[in-house]
Amino acid sequence: MLPAPIKEVDVFWITAGLGCDGDSIAMTAASNPSIEDVLLGAIPGLPKVNLYNPVLARESGDEFMAHFHRAHAGASHPFLLVIEGSVPNEKIKSEGFWAGFGTDPATGQPITTCEWIDRLAPKAWAVVAAGTCATYGGIHAMAGNPTGCMGLADYLGLDFRSSAGIPIVNVPGCPVQPDSFMDVLVYLLRQAAGNAPMIPLDAALRPRWLFGATVHEGCDRGGYYEQADFADDYGSAKCIVKVGCWGPVVRCNVPKRGWIGGIGGCPNVGGVCIGCTMPGFPDKFEPFLDEPPGAYMSTAAVTTYGTTVRALRQFTTGSMDREPEWRHPRSLLTTGYRPPAKDETK
Amino acid sequence: MSDTKSGLVEMSWDPITRIIGSLGIHTKIDFANRQVAECRSTSSIFRGYSVFMKGKDPRDAHFITSRICGICGDNHATCSIYAQNMAYRCKPPHLAEWIINLAEAAEYMFDHNLFQDNLVGVDFCEQMVKETNPAVLARAEATAAPHASLHGYRTIADIMRSLNPFTGALYREALVMSRLTREMYSLMGGRHVHPSTLYPGGVGTVPTVQLFNEYLSRLMKYVDFMKRVVPLHDDLFDFFYEALPGYEAVGRRRVLLACWGSFQNPDACDFRYETMSAWGREMYITPGVVVDGELVTTDLVEINLGLRIFLGSSFYDDWEHAETFVAKDPLGNPIDQRHPWNQTTVPRPQKRDLTSPDGKYTWVMSPRWYHRASGANLALDSGGGALARLWVTALAGVVDFQHIRATGRSVKIELPRSASGPAMELEWKIPAWSNTLERNRARSYFQAYAAAAALHFVEQGLREVHAGRTSTWTKFEVPDEAIGCGFHEAVRGMLSHHFVIREGKIANYHPYPPTCWNASPRDSFGVPGPYEDAVQNTPLFEENGPDRFKGIDIMRTVRSFDPCLPCGVHMYFGPGKELLVRHSPTFGAGLGGGG
Repeated sequence: MLPAPIKEVDVFWITAGLGCDGDSIAMTAASNPSIEDVLLGAIPGLPKVNLYNPVLARESGDEFMAHFHRAHAGASHPFLLVIEGSVPNEKIKSEGFWAGFGTDPATGQPITTCEWIDRLAPKAWAVVAAGTCATYGGIHAMAGNPTGCMGLADYLGLDFRSSAGIPIVNVPGCPVQPDSFMDVLVYLLRQAAGNAPMIPLDAALRPRWLFGATVHEGCDRGGYYEQADFADDYGSAKCIVKVGCWGPVVRCNVPKRGWIGGIGGCPNVGGVCIGCTMPGFPDKFEPFLDEPPGAYMSTAAVTTYGTTVRALRQFTTGSMDREPEWRHPRSLLTTGYRPPAKDETK
Repeated sequence: MSDTKSGLVEMSWDPITRIIGSLGIHTKIDFANRQVAECRSTSSIFRGYSVFMKGKDPRDAHFITSRICGICGDNHATCSIYAQNMAYRCKPPHLAEWIINLAEAAEYMFDHNLFQDNLVGVDFCEQMVKETNPAVLARAEATAAPHASLHGYRTIADIMRSLNPFTGALYREALVMSRLTREMYSLMGGRHVHPSTLYPGGVGTVPTVQLFNEYLSRLMKYVDFMKRVVPLHDDLFDFFYEALPGYEAVGRRRVLLACWGSFQNPDACDFRYETMSAWGREMYITPGVVVDGELVTTDLVEINLGLRIFLGSSFYDDWEHAETFVAKDPLGNPIDQRHPWNQTTVPRPQKRDLTSPDGKYTWVMSPRWYHRASGANLALDSGGGALARLWVTALAGVVDFQHIRATGRSVKIELPRSASGPAMELEWKIPAWSNTLERNRARSYFQAYAAAAALHFVEQGLREVHAGRTSTWTKFEVPDEAIGCGFHEAVRGMLSHHFVIREGKIANYHPYPPTCWNASPRDSFGVPGPYEDAVQNTPLFEENGPDRFKGIDIMRTVRSFDPCLPCGVHMYFGPGKELLVRHSPTFGAGLGGGG
């Protein structure tokens, strides 16, 4: 049985994980569509959307928190819960808090972010983890951190299902690529409206159409790699795998999509990929500026083929750089055209 | 909740929205006298950068510290690169410095614009003013905008309507401009807000004619936008002084402003500590400290030596008896144990105590600056960044290039001819007060400053490209033992990074962003932080009584500092020595002073 289409959705966005609000800010950079397009009803096929994000909200303090309390009381529209920032481990200390959001009137102490996740996640129509911190722990879950923080699926369990039976939707990236995040938001809204099937996710709960390919597969410097033409400094336009780029083993669409309005990116514009969309980030990619161990072997393997092919292509390119000899201003036509004999034209 | 003894009403706003990160403002309000009697500023999120960076490869520092903040991370990356260049004794090619300046200029243009018209702007929008001061809105409807011919809005109320969230025309235009300027950032820094192409030793950006043209064509659209936006904000803020006599007292505090300088001049800067005093003065925004209207110093070495980090109200253990990493700077000056180079961060989660005189109530520490003349540890603020930058640069009177000139009492900014019309000169004059409205006004003028400066940097960058000097990176080696410091102006103000390398690894790393200063709590001398101080002084002009009170004047004051709490609490500190508890007097008398 298909659920009834949802006509109005609340989006409760908690930025009070261990994070930096970079994903909220990135979201405002999207233009395909933009956040104002979504909120003003400019995109067909979506329900009406009410956004409760602390970076943009008109209300402050208790007036703002009232919306979250309403959701806890079950009095909101069907809602998306967006979590930004990693989830701290509040069990590892005797008192106090690593992360709080609003004040508990009974105790005067902050309500922990974990408490809000416990309250709202089971009631949510869908739960979205925005950014690598919320998805997998990210930079704040680095070795040696004092908070013991983790990703949302570490906290709720990989088998968590929302009230609509949807797994956690992970949109990694540090920060999230703006248009890719908006892609996911719009998809879920369309699904809520009954206009799209279940969102297709991979085993790490990433949307398949965004995270199926690697950085390298979409990098316009891949041609240099194939020809074994590697940069040994950072200003070069060539492939930067030997000076730290992890692109060949990182799932991310940024070189293909650009960062904003098709502009910018990472290795495509000279910035080594540090693997910021991956569950193993950052520890498995450090030190960022060293050549990835796997690249020693693969770049060595490609060298014989690549240098030969490069030489052959230079030869062919040289030929293609010259115009055919029939393009000239002389009085004799040499293109090979022969006018038909007069009797043939009748 | 009412405090029956004093007649004060406790009111809290937690979280404060339309800022970055987690901030709570807890006050006691004297409704009879329409004034805030007491204020405490709290942050309830801790992450611990100084803790988990220990032992990491120093070359990772800018990638990691960028993640301190989601709106100004690139400021951290840049500041970290400055500190790394010092530690590695590495000077990047000139072209790399022009590219970094262009990236940072775009960040100012983006961030101030988004914050001013999408976050702060809502405090001045028609919907908000209707709810808080209907009489003021009525007056705005009847008040012609003096610069209507420049910005196109006939009345002040029309300007307010243009700021209504999502439906207002300027609100939406600002969102679009924030994307254009982020494209500009991404051209130079790869991506926003965590850059991909910045490295110690230079940048990975490929410098071509196309790169600079793509930046410049967008920049000129922003110049056009500034020609409308600066007069528009002048009209709006001037109107509040006129409509609400006495409004200059809102958010006012002593003039205790700090600016650590921005935009390196590659002809002067070699990133050596030994020459830092000289090259610091050559920056395109002058570093300095202003105390009560007097420019105390423009010397980055003196600024560095005066840094002190105190506890007192923060959830950390003290490091008074912890290891001293740097006893003397490279010039032989002694370094204080409370200096960031010597800080050890030990988080101590505990219950929030907003009521005891020595209660611990926040994850933010208390940075202060030792003022030799008075012997006080001053609670400097940044005025949201722009106010201190313009104030210091104006007073110093050093900056003079192409479109910008500091006169000793003002900063003149020339915006050249653009598609919308002829050149326009803007002059920011040192205001009579360090208050809420002047912090906001400075933010608009500084957007124009950043645009005008960027025009110069584009020319300098293109000159390098035309001359064939297209290298953007200098090779370096990481020493086994070294120290470094970076001074930079983040969007919100003074930013420093201090680090120590031992055995080729990070032994200590402490970033101090502007919000650490502005959002700091009472220190171990009982001196309140700048938000606390500015809010405690604030009279209330809102027409609502306690039952429907929105605290708009308090919100405007806090937001005028452009709070950014991820920056404020990247680390922490321990229980301070309670030397003296002071209740803050009104109007900032003695507030900056130590015990």
